[in-house]
Amino acid sequence: MIELLDREFMQRALVAATFTGLAAPAIGTYLVQRRLALLGDGLGHVALTGVALGLLTGIAPLLMALLVAAAGAVLIELLRMYGRTSADVALAMLFYGGIAGGVLLIDLADEGAGKLNSYLFGSILTVSSSDLWIVGGLGVLVIALAIGLSPQLFAVCQDEEHARVSGVPVQAYSILISVLAAVTITVAMRTVGLLLVSALMVVPVAAAQQLTRSFRATHLAAMVVGLLAALGGVVTSYEINARPGPTIVVLALAGFGVAALAGAVARRRRTATL
Amino acid sequence: MTVLSTHDVSVTLEGRPVLQHVHLEVDEGEIVALLGANGSGKSTLVRAAVGLVPIDDGQVELFCTPLAKFRAWRRLGYVPQHTRAAAGVPATVQEVVMSGRLSHRPFAGLARTSDYDAVVGAVARVGLADRLRSPLAELSGGQQQRVLIARALAGDADLLVMDEPTSGVDHENQEAIAELLGGLVNEGASVVLVAHELGPMRGLVDRVVVLDDGRVVATGDVTAAVHEEHEQVHHHTEPPEPRPDVLGGEGVFR
Repeated sequence: MIELLDREFMQRALVAATFTGLAAPAIGTYLVQRRLALLGDGLGHVALTGVALGLLTGIAPLLMALLVAAAGAVLIELLRMYGRTSADVALAMLFYGGIAGGVLLIDLADEGAGKLNSYLFGSILTVSSSDLWIVGGLGVLVIALAIGLSPQLFAVCQDEEHARVSGVPVQAYSILISVLAAVTITVAMRTVGLLLVSALMVVPVAAAQQLTRSFRATHLAAMVVGLLAALGGVVTSYEINARPGPTIVVLALAGFGVAALAGAVARRRRTATL
Repeated sequence: MTVLSTHDVSVTLEGRPVLQHVHLEVDEGEIVALLGANGSGKSTLVRAAVGLVPIDDGQVELFCTPLAKFRAWRRLGYVPQHTRAAAGVPATVQEVVMSGRLSHRPFAGLARTSDYDAVVGAVARVGLADRLRSPLAELSGGQQQRVLIARALAGDADLLVMDEPTSGVDHENQEAIAELLGGLVNEGASVVLVAHELGPMRGLVDRVVVLDDGRVVATGDVTAAVHEEHEQVHHHTEPPEPRPDVLGGEGVFR
């Protein structure tokens, strides 16, 4: 374990996992609260097109993923606000367009299946130090905004109409939430990968709320669960020679299982004492 | 002073005219109830008045300011029609009611003591002081409705707009809400409320406005309305024709 930490690639992977594990549930809590848990998945697919564009044009794939996913996020919010198409159809179109466009472009760029896989499911070996700066900077941004703007974001996600009548610019905050989800995808893509990033936004929140009663406790507990799953997943994936994305998500799901069990026991005790 | 007015307001939702040339004025300190059948447009009228539904025609003013220029949101407290499907993450009564302080709080920063005091006071006022830290989902429908009223009260608004505050609420909770409104009347608050029937709020309402099929068909003071609801209110226009029951005016824009 200690010698593991001596390896530079492992240090980089763990730092990336720290930002990912904290940022994904930090914004994911709002997505779950708005009942848009699958939004992250759609945006992850769109980001693949960005990665592919980066590989094709030789521009940093991480930044291209950020730009394309953020553009997708704005688009989906505008569709939700003004479009006649219902939100779920719009999301479905993002899913398929993003993944199809991404794989197609990666084929055109003549990159191998290994490269594609490393973006889809994460790869601890390939986190470069320049990636780390982007991941760290964006991760801090997401965490700071998700916590700092929590009164407004909570109000918008809890009751959009009441927020509007309180003078909150609801449309701007809706777009902000989606864009922050897109940014989180860029943060998480080297660790969990694009296909499973949404799981890290949602599963820790679901796990946390088995045991919590308030929004704030859920928010913070979800970040702790996300952090533990991301760090544990990176280390475990190295030990068992598996890809990090699925390992992290399976750990998070195991955390959900334990929390659900503990929650059920706690509730039974509470009703027994009443 | 007029705290809320709609002048010649028309609203079309999904191609169907829901409000047609509606005039409504509410003066300071007045309690006005909007009555009417489902689909009469009464909820749409208050939703249009607070800017939640776009109007096709006419003018809306809040505190003598056209809606488009209105920024004094802290003067307005809004109680939406029953709780929507609960949000996906648990939230306590305190957290929900704290949202009612948003228009008082600076852009960033923690809630101040004055915010907490206002929240605790508002929750106590709706009789739920012992549930301050309970998750909303553990409360009954009527209690949840009282939480939404507390959220509107927490902002110390001058005008409360309540969309069916007593619908789907058991009698005990209706009484509690009526008692609360009585207290607000004494303090000089202005209230516009939408109701299917007045129930225990009868004695408090200064004036009723009856809508049918998107038009105001009657207005009257409370003495006329107290006895037989709106049958005895003077009709300005022809009695409404029977309508199909399928018209669902409210909620199209949700």
